[in-house]
Amino acid sequence: MGTRECGHMSAMSSPTKGEAGITGQWRTARPVVDHTKCLAAKLGKVTCLQCWVFCPEAVIEKDIPITVDLEYCKGCGICAGVCPSGAIEMAPETQFSEVEVHAGK
Amino acid sequence: MPGSDGSGLMIITGNQAMALGAKLSRVQVVAAYPITPQTPVTETLAHYVESGELDAQYVNVESEHSAMSVCIGASSTGARAFTATSANGLAYMCELIHWAAGGRLPIVMGCVNRAMAAPWSVLNDQQDSMSQRDAGWIQLFCRNNQEILDTVIQAYRIAETVYVPVMVCYDGYILSHTVMPVEAPTQGQVDRFLPPFSPRTILDPARPKNINQVTFANPRLDERGVLCHGYMELRHLHQEALEKARETIAAVDAEYALVTGRSHGGLLWEDRAGDAEVLFVAAGSIASEATVAVDQLRDEGIAAGVVGIRSYRPFPGVELRAALRRAKLVLVFDKSLSYGNEGPICADLKAALYGGQVQPAVRGHIAGLGGRDVKAHEMAGAARTALRELELGVEPAPMAWLNCQI
Repeated sequence: MGTRECGHMSAMSSPTKGEAGITGQWRTARPVVDHTKCLAAKLGKVTCLQCWVFCPEAVIEKDIPITVDLEYCKGCGICAGVCPSGAIEMAPETQFSEVEVHAGK
Repeated sequence: MPGSDGSGLMIITGNQAMALGAKLSRVQVVAAYPITPQTPVTETLAHYVESGELDAQYVNVESEHSAMSVCIGASSTGARAFTATSANGLAYMCELIHWAAGGRLPIVMGCVNRAMAAPWSVLNDQQDSMSQRDAGWIQLFCRNNQEILDTVIQAYRIAETVYVPVMVCYDGYILSHTVMPVEAPTQGQVDRFLPPFSPRTILDPARPKNINQVTFANPRLDERGVLCHGYMELRHLHQEALEKARETIAAVDAEYALVTGRSHGGLLWEDRAGDAEVLFVAAGSIASEATVAVDQLRDEGIAAGVVGIRSYRPFPGVELRAALRRAKLVLVFDKSLSYGNEGPICADLKAALYGGQVQPAVRGHIAGLGGRDVKAHEMAGAARTALRELELGVEPAPMAWLNCQI
């Protein structure tokens, strides 16, 4: 938990993860990364990262392999669209159990 | 006569007084769209900029919506911004009025009070600014041209202290196009009173920020792990700022008096009110008219006085209670109407009296809509009528319309 030291009298923020709040249960599809195709995982270095650049919710971490924070991911599919390797598939939420959906896992 | 530096006594209109006040405040960006009866404000400022008297960016915009948008952008970069409008122009920028307030930007806007269409009218009442009272701006009402000039300068000090935009309101034509003697302070005096604007936050390319971004219901951690306010917390701070502004408005007016020798009463002003049992309450030039009615009533032996509202938002409820402590009868004159209820000043005054020890009879009057002339003898007559009703124990009508010929 952070400290409450927000000195702002009007709303302002740096671009940050989850700018539009926790997703909840309304996402219809989620990104599933195939790390055998993803360049960063294949080459073992921080590279490409088009998904990280374009994710409007900043939920993708520049780890090797990359990770997606499903608690904030809105399922917009931009990462899947921009991936040059076709490493990201958008999988319907119906494939996952309600517990997983609710937990953002 | 005006000195070589443009200070001293001059005979000018209310609109010229407002433009001069903005010039003396060294505004840096002016974005305004002309609308009757505000037009001479924009013309005078354009002249100042074009002649080199005022070093400012004058942005010609195609609408009031854009005028306030430009002021919001300018103020966000740290510039002192000014605009002015009237009636339907104010309504046209309504969305941005809320943005400026929520963004806590110290913009000053002149509102030359004019009746709202329909039907089309260019004449005066106070429906325009009253209809924006809940947007979160400070609203100051002026009673003469001297007060207009002084209030614009004070407004920047107030706005830049509490970070709330200020609307300086004055009656169209009755003040805007009427010439009166006005004493202008020197630029040196104003500079001592109003230091350059040092903004709280500046749009800075080196430090990109989302400003006024989507803000959720609950506080959230930012990327540094700092818990940032949710929407409701920011609104609470906004209300606190307006509450604090009551002190600021009074203090700024008092400090202005030290520099120029003139004060305008802070939140409200009184005329022969100290021992008055019958009190007129109104805002703007109609309250000045009431002082003439009071003189007539005093001549008849009726202890009458005026309490003029200078700050309508924040509403001086506590101060009004104190000012009305001897009152048996309060006559409120609203130049606007919250349709389906009553005059806004009247409703707010009644709310301020609620639960207090002093409970005078309050009589609300709707007057001067759409430029209908309000005469002192009519106001005095309204007082006599109300006094007679009180004596006879007659239940009054919930609201009286002054000189409505229906």
